[in-house]
This record gives sequence, C-alpha cells and structure tokens, in this order.
Amino acid sequence: MHNFTLEQASTVEATAGSKGRFIAGGTTLVDLMKLGVEQPPALVDITALPLDQVEVLPNGGVRIGAMVRNSDLANHPVVLKNYAVLSQALLSGASPQLRNMATTGGNLLQRTRCPYFRDPTSGGCNKRNPGTGCAAMEGHHRMMAILGTSDSCIATHPSDMCVAMTALEAVIHVQGAKGKREIAIGEFYKLPGETPHIENVLEPGDLITHVELPPSKNTKQV
Amino acid sequence: MADGPKLRDDQHVLGLEPLTDEAQTEGKNSKARVSRRSFLSGLGAAGLVVSASPLAIASGTEVPVETGSAPVANGVSVMVNGKSYDLTGLEPRVTLLDLLRERLYLTGTKKGCDHGQCGACTVHVNGRRVNSCLTLAVMVAGKEVTTIEGLGQPGNLHPMQAAFVEHDGYQCGYCTSGQIMSAVALLKEPIGRTDEDVKHGMAGNICRCGAYPNIVAAVQQVRSLTILGLLKEPGTESGGRHA
Repeated sequence: MHNFTLEQASTVEATAGSKGRFIAGGTTLVDLMKLGVEQPPALVDITALPLDQVEVLPNGGVRIGAMVRNSDLANHPVVLKNYAVLSQALLSGASPQLRNMATTGGNLLQRTRCPYFRDPTSGGCNKRNPGTGCAAMEGHHRMMAILGTSDSCIATHPSDMCVAMTALEAVIHVQGAKGKREIAIGEFYKLPGETPHIENVLEPGDLITHVELPPSKNTKQV
Repeated sequence: MADGPKLRDDQHVLGLEPLTDEAQTEGKNSKARVSRRSFLSGLGAAGLVVSASPLAIASGTEVPVETGSAPVANGVSVMVNGKSYDLTGLEPRVTLLDLLRERLYLTGTKKGCDHGQCGACTVHVNGRRVNSCLTLAVMVAGKEVTTIEGLGQPGNLHPMQAAFVEHDGYQCGYCTSGQIMSAVALLKEPIGRTDEDVKHGMAGNICRCGAYPNIVAAVQQVRSLTILGLLKEPGTESGGRHA
C-alpha cells in the first residue's frame, strides 16, 4: 500500500470541508488502496465523530447517523419493524465481519465498480484513469450494467443497502465547506456519461452526516 | 529493484526488522531442523538486503514496545489480549493484521486473501468480530483487540476451541483461528438457532478443506451448552484466558 497521512477528526464542523479522504469502516477504501486503485495522500479518520445513533423522528421517520455500522442498522428494532427491506438488504450483503465494520455513510459511497476497475493491470478504465477507455466493453461483461450505461462505462453500484434506501426515498444529509444541505437519494448518484469517475453530486470536503428515512407504512402514529 | 525478489510496499515497511529473538533462538536450538518460521523470517530479511530501496529504509518504523497492562496515557496504544502496546511511530498504512503478525508476533491470526473476503484474519475489536486485514492498526488505538491467543491456550481452551477439536472442525487448520473467533462472536449476535442460521452467521469465513458440517456442529454444541447454562458466558472475553 502507498503511504499516506492519517488525521483524527474531532468534530463534524471542523471535519467538513477537509481536504483528506474520509475513512470509517475502511472495508472498501483499504481494499482499493491495497490494489493501488485508490491512492489518497491524506485520510481523515471519522470514527470518533458522534454520528453513530439511530433516532426516531417526531414524524415517525428515522435519522441514521453516518457512522452507524451496517450490522447495528440491520438489527435495530425500529429498522426491523418499520423498514424490514433495509434490514434484509443489509444482511444480504458482505459478511458479518464486514457488516460490523462498514458504516452507513461508507456504504453509500462505495465506488461504482467492475472487476476491471479493481485491477490496475487490466487495461483501460475510464473510471480509474479517465480517458483510457473501457476494457470491460470487449471483456467479460456478463454481470455488468444493462440500464444507465454509457460508451464510457458499464459498471454497477455494488450496494444492496442503497437499493433499499432508494426504494424508501431516503434523504442524505451533508455538511460541507459551505454549510449543510439535503440531497434526495434519487438525485445523489450520477449516471456515468462521459465522466464515470464522478459518481455522485458531493463536492470535495462534503461529509455525509445522516440519512433520514420518511415514515414507513408500518409506522404507527402515536 | 529489478534484481532481487520483488516485495510489496507493505513488506518493505514490515520486513525491515532483524530476526525476532524468538526466531533466532529457534534457529540456534534446532540446528538439524530449521523451522518454517525461522526459515521464512530469514528469507524475508535476506530479500530485503538486496532489494530494499533507500526510501523504504527511511520509512522503517519502531517496533511497538510492550508497556505493561496499564493503558498509555497519550492514547496512542492498543490493548491486545489484555496487554497494552504503544503504537507511536507506526505508519498509518500498517493493517491490524500485519501489526499482530509481523510486529507483535501473534501469528495465530492468519493472512488469507488480505482483502476481507476469506475471514482467516478475523479478530475481535471491543468484542466484535472484524477483518483485521482491512483495519488500519492506528485506527484501533484505545480499543481492545482479542486474538485467538487471547481466547485460550493449550490446556486451557475456550469452549469453542475445545468444540472444534472435538468435532474435527478443520483439516489443514489455516482458516481455523478465524473460524473460531467468528464463532465466539456469533454467540453474542442476534442470530437464530438453526443450522441454516449458523451457516449464514459463519458466511464470512471460508474453509477450502470443506469442514463446514463439523464447524456447524461445533458452533451448535457450544450454543446448546450456553443456552442450557452449562457454560459460563463463553462469549465473554477479558483479554485473558478462559476456563
């Protein structure tokens, strides 16, 4: 792995706008760094930020901190009861160990990828090295995207959680250099187009703080 | 670099230490029979002599020093099996797995795929199972790590270790420490009681020998004994040994 600096984040306010890449569970970032696909010079460890709670909102929805681990979210009583699709999606992905590490914010930001993206020796990849072509187009592409593709990229987003969150119309809360904003998950991800290396609408330094789910049909009004 | 054996970046960083005392002693005491560990350690050090670049030498870091059981005040330390280790000077790119194996010489934890897919490197951080290969060591500062060595020792096995022996839950043994660490953590997780539930709960640990039915039997035995109250909290860990 290449070397890098690692800083500890202290508060959300001080961390938002940071120039380093955020790392929490590390399940996807460390993997890609070992492969040489990702080579961030600076990381910011955000695991100490107080964003690890699942809170029920007055309207019956839930507010999920970005640092809530996938296993904790999947097994949370309110999620099990009111958002079973989210729990099932989480438990169908990865492994128990990875789910203990992976966080809500990190799951949202997994790289859209294919095996060629993960292998720097595999030839061109417009996502890994913009403008170098797409080895997958003429390669083994049976499991790759059918909808929303472009001439530049046919990779798919790997997350099960994000599919459930899209069905539940989640709203992603972000804090950046210019302040807070909310992004509907339906508008969060970008289609590859001619710039497949740009995967979402986040600006540099934007920190996902929470995800909110609207009340579910199973929510009892008290 | 073109001549000597090719090393990965992390091996440059990790292999810069001299032979361990343990390995040296092992080598001296067994002149007729060179152990696999001392042979491989020697090979690693020899490889570095010819291939290490000046940059790699400059990036060598201090070996963490055992500082006793009291946590280090500055917080840059990690508890492993009840002992505190200073992480000062450790490069951020060193994974928890490499810290355990290459610096603390706790080689019970195995490196399989090194990408979080096989589970051989499973350890507990604050009681929860994680893949140590995808965990940066400096990110567990201030936390408690338990490895297979902290779970039990020969003559004083954890019930799950004993059950794996009894049910022959292994063949080559390479995945076994990860399987056992995973199985012990599983007992504390909200997982159903059927064999299918156990298989799902153990899905993060691959066994290429195919000892799966015996592994499930071992896990189920410990679960049953726990439910019946015949075992005292086998999932609990204090970093020390268990009866």
